[in-house]
Amino acid sequence: MTDAASAPLNAWDRVKLARHPERPHTLAYLSELSPRFVELHGDRSFGDDLALIGGIADFDGIAVMVLGHQKGGNTKENIARNFGMARPEGYRKAERLMRHAEKFRMPVVSLIDTPGAEPGIGSEERGQGTAIAESLLTMADLAVPTVALVIGEGGSGGALAIGVSDRILMMENAIYAVASPEACAAILWKDAGKAPEAAETMRITAADLLGLGLIDEIVPEPVSADEAPREAIAAAGAAIGRHLRELLQEFPLDDPAAMRRLKDERYQRFRRIGAWREDAAVLAGIANGVLP
Amino acid sequence: MPAMREFLSRRGKFRPKGREDETGAPQIPDDLWTKCPSCGDIIYTKELERSGQVCPKCDHHFRLRARERIELLTDEDSFYEWDIALRGQDPLRFVDGGGSYAKKLEQTREKSGEDEALITGSATIAGHRCALAVADFGFLGASMGSVFGEKLVRAIERAADARVPIITMNASGGARMHEGLLSLMQMAKTVAALARLGDAGVPHVAVLTDPCYGGVTASYATVADIVMAEPGALIGFAGPRVIEQITKQKLPEGFQTAEFLLAHGMIDMIVPRAELRERLADILALYQLAETVSHGSIVGTREVGAGRD
Repeated sequence: MTDAASAPLNAWDRVKLARHPERPHTLAYLSELSPRFVELHGDRSFGDDLALIGGIADFDGIAVMVLGHQKGGNTKENIARNFGMARPEGYRKAERLMRHAEKFRMPVVSLIDTPGAEPGIGSEERGQGTAIAESLLTMADLAVPTVALVIGEGGSGGALAIGVSDRILMMENAIYAVASPEACAAILWKDAGKAPEAAETMRITAADLLGLGLIDEIVPEPVSADEAPREAIAAAGAAIGRHLRELLQEFPLDDPAAMRRLKDERYQRFRRIGAWREDAAVLAGIANGVLP
Repeated sequence: MPAMREFLSRRGKFRPKGREDETGAPQIPDDLWTKCPSCGDIIYTKELERSGQVCPKCDHHFRLRARERIELLTDEDSFYEWDIALRGQDPLRFVDGGGSYAKKLEQTREKSGEDEALITGSATIAGHRCALAVADFGFLGASMGSVFGEKLVRAIERAADARVPIITMNASGGARMHEGLLSLMQMAKTVAALARLGDAGVPHVAVLTDPCYGGVTASYATVADIVMAEPGALIGFAGPRVIEQITKQKLPEGFQTAEFLLAHGMIDMIVPRAELRERLADILALYQLAETVSHGSIVGTREVGAGRD
C-alpha cells in the first residue's frame, strides 16, 4: 500500500493509516526527538488527563513546551489513555502549560492525534465545551510562537483545542476533520457505513487541506509511519525545527513588539479562513438606499 | 405576532416567502391552539404569542426564530442589520446522500427566508447601544460555517471599534459539516476575535438557548464575560444520544439542561425569557457605569486625587 508504484491512496485509506495502531504517538516522537523531555501533570483543579500530555522538551536545540494527545499502542494502554480522547482536565492542563510557556518564553509545539474530545457524562459535567473554548482563547492570544503537527487523527474541536498555531503541518498520512467520517455519514447519510464516501467529500487529507490553504506543509511519509516510524519521526522533527527557527528569527522572543506582530499575524491567519461572497444585487440595494 | 410580521415585511424586499413553515425549530403554528411539547397542555396560540412563546402552564420555552428574538429584545425600530450581502459557497463541492451542499443552501434560503444561520446588527435595549449576533436554528440547525463565522467576526470587530458590548444569542447543532475543516476553523476565528475584544475591554454577553451543542458550545459562546441561559435549554458539547451510545450509561436526570449547567458552575445565571430584556439592560447599564467610573468621572474622585498631589 505504501509502495510508490501502487495506486494513489484515497481518503478512506488515509483514515485507516491515520488510525493505524502501529503508528507512532506523541510519546514515541518525544523519546526520539527529545530524550530530556520533562512531563508535567495535572490541571491543578480536578485531575490529570493521560489522553492529553504535556511538558518541557528540547527540540533541535530549542526549549519548547510540547502538548500532545496520547493514544495507546494496545488495548490496555488505550483504556488508560482513553483512546486519545481528552477530557476537560486535559484541555485545562494544556491551557495551564501554554501560560507556563508564555511566562518562560518557550515556543509551543502541539502534536495532534485524537478521534475527538471525549463524549461522556463526567466530561459534560465538568464543562467539556467550555474547557475547549478556553484553550482556544488562550492559544489564539499566546505571546510565543506556536507550531502544530497533526501526526495521526485530527478529530474536530478536541484536536483544534491545541491547534490554534502560527504554523500548521500534517504528516502525509494524517487526517484533519470537522467530525469523524462515521459521524458525518451517520448524520448526513443516516448511515455510518457511508463513512468512506463522507471521508472523500469532507476533504480531510493533508493534500486536500494544503490545497484549501488551511495547512502550511506536508511532512512526507515515503514509507508510511506505521511501517517506518523512526524515519517519519525524524522527518517530522526536522520540519518542526525548521518552522521554529523561522518563527524565532522573525519574532525574537525577547522583543515585545515582535510578539505583538506575531499575535497580529496569527489573528489574520485565522481571520481569513472561510468561503463566502457578497451578493452584488444586495450591495447595490444598500448603496441605493433600498436596503438598510 | 402582528408586529413581527410587519417587521419582516418592512425589511423583506430580498426575503423569499414562506419563512414560517421551517422544519422543527420554530413551532409557530398558524392554528388557534398549540400543544405544549413539555406538559402536553393545549394553549391558546394568541396567549403563547403574548408570552413570548413560553407555556403559561409549565414555563416551557418554545424555540424562537432569530428575528423573533430580535423583536422581543430590542427597542422598536432600533435594529440595523449588518452584512446582509454575505452568502455561503460550496468550497468543497460537498455531496451527501441528499445532493450537493450548493443546492441545499439554496433550498434552505428559500424555505427559511433567511440567507444564513446568523443575523447580526446593532440595536438598543432600553436605550443602551449594543451589537447583536443571533443564531437562527431554522437555518440548517444554526450550524457554524464560513458565513456564520465571518458575520460574527465582523460584528465583534465593529463592537470592539465602537466600544459597545456584544450580545450573542446562541442555538446551534455545531459546526457545519458541509464546509469541512473550514467550519471547524470558525471556532478558532471567532474566539480569536473575542480575544481582541477582551484586550479592548469590551464585554461579550452570551445567551444560550435550546439547543446549543458542539462547535458553538466549544468556542465563542462559552467564553463570554457573562454566560446566561434560558430555562430548560439543552446545552452541551456532545449530544445526549451519542453519549448514551458510547458510554452505555443512563444519563442523569436533567442532564445538560441549563439548570444542570448552573449547578455545575458552567454558567452565570438562568434568565426566563420574560425577564431577559430587563436583565440585559441592567447589565449594559452596569458595564456603562464601570466604563464611566474607570475614566474617573465619578463625582468627587478627581478633586480628592488632585488634593493629595
